[in-house]
Amino acid sequence: MTDYKNLKLIATSNPHIRSSETTRSIMLDVVIAMVPALVWAVFCFGVKALTLTVVSVVGCMFFEWLYRKLMKKPQSVGDLSAVVTGMLLAFVSPVTTPYWTILIGDFFAIVVVKQLFGGIGKNFVNPALAGRAFLLGSYAGIMTTWVDPAVNKAPLLGGAADVVTAATPLAYMKTGDMEGLKGLYSVADMFLGKTGGSLGEVSALLLIVGGVYLIWRKVINWQTPVAYIGTVAVLTFLFPKAGSSVEWMLYSLFGGGLMLGAFFMATDYATSPVTKKGQLIFGIGCGLFTVFIRYFGSYNEGVCYSIMVMNLCVALIDKYTKPTRFGVVKSDKKEAAAK
Amino acid sequence: MNFGRQLKEGLLTQNPVLVQVLGMCSTMAITTSIANGLGMGVSVLIILTLSNIVIAAIRKLVPDKIRIAMFIVVIAGFVTCVDLCLQAFVPAIAASLGVFIPLIVVNCIILGRAEAFAYKNGVLASAVDGICQGIGYTVVLLIMCFIRELLGAGTLNGIRIIPEQYPVGMLTLPVGGFLVLGTLIATMQWALARSKNKEESK
Repeated sequence: MTDYKNLKLIATSNPHIRSSETTRSIMLDVVIAMVPALVWAVFCFGVKALTLTVVSVVGCMFFEWLYRKLMKKPQSVGDLSAVVTGMLLAFVSPVTTPYWTILIGDFFAIVVVKQLFGGIGKNFVNPALAGRAFLLGSYAGIMTTWVDPAVNKAPLLGGAADVVTAATPLAYMKTGDMEGLKGLYSVADMFLGKTGGSLGEVSALLLIVGGVYLIWRKVINWQTPVAYIGTVAVLTFLFPKAGSSVEWMLYSLFGGGLMLGAFFMATDYATSPVTKKGQLIFGIGCGLFTVFIRYFGSYNEGVCYSIMVMNLCVALIDKYTKPTRFGVVKSDKKEAAAK
Repeated sequence: MNFGRQLKEGLLTQNPVLVQVLGMCSTMAITTSIANGLGMGVSVLIILTLSNIVIAAIRKLVPDKIRIAMFIVVIAGFVTCVDLCLQAFVPAIAASLGVFIPLIVVNCIILGRAEAFAYKNGVLASAVDGICQGIGYTVVLLIMCFIRELLGAGTLNGIRIIPEQYPVGMLTLPVGGFLVLGTLIATMQWALARSKNKEESK
């Protein structure tokens, strides 16, 4: 007879399939994928790029730790999501941003957007983008001063007053001044990232490398970035504002934060649709809004707001792309829809 | 009638803005500077008290079916008085409050107190209620003005406190109004729940 009582059986509820994948490992992959762009930023803009990113990361982790501590909730700093938020916020800010400004952005992103709504997985828009939008609304001057990387590096301390600044490619494209833009930066410059812009957005090449790494590691699906970049490519190819179609399309794709947004922002789990079909719709929506804002809006760049607007539509997209349950007959489904 | 209890209700447990969540439009729109907040708060306090008194006095003469229309007529009368007084004596505040003074006519705090309190209670109790609720409204407005003006514009009543490059400009925008109000409501609910828990555990 088997002694059932002494058998070491542990009954647990499903899922029973285990994997070594945790929030921490996923976030670590995202951090790794961002490192090439960060190294380029340091090379391009100076050591300030690194110190600004470090300050932002430490700020995010501190606010996350502090909030969880004060609210007596389980500590969640270890899952590294705050690190990703901190890095992304620094990536979408100009390198001349003072340290105290980025800390205010950290506070808004972590405490207001993320923790007040319930912490990781419950934020309704991307925290880093919300932090950037908040900073842009509060400190428009600081957030739109772009250092000219060809002339000088950003000083470790001190603001934009001490550096030579330059207009970003998008500023030229807003006015349709393709001749001026081509005289300043070639397509290769744009692709490699020898232009002015936010800290981490300049090098399309290294961001694509990071994005491909994430897709290869199965951290993100290809649907969102491909749909996003594809939509922008098609629209800018069909409706160029100046110059030839191909040229305009390439400058549009490699200028601004499109690559950063498509690979690292629009793919945030908490604020993007669950289904692959939904992710395609999400990406197309982001692309449409980006082009609309760039063409008709008052801002030069539309990536930040387009992703935030689509973030708010995620619940709706999820609702209409819900897959049919196994075993449901088509006629049943029609009846259910008619009800 | 119990003045202490009514004051406590107006300020804390039944605060018109933070607990009843009434009068949001004016609260959002004008709380960008202390002077505005004070002007608005005092105007509402005066109108609320006077309309409460009149409504309580004539409450037995008015048929039930037309009471809302009657409330509005009474309130609109006092609003016009206050609006003209402001324009005559403090034109600067009247200009910066703009349309929000005439809009007190449809401010839900006043209509709400008329319906919920003055229509059911005596003249004296209604007057006290008007004063207490008005104080509650004014205090919340002043707190919001303080936070938004200090952090958003870096000034207090026009005097610069924080150097010009630091203030968080977003707080003076409508977004900031919602954020500050949300935070205040959350704090209030937390404090009320805490004091309630303490009473229960006693």
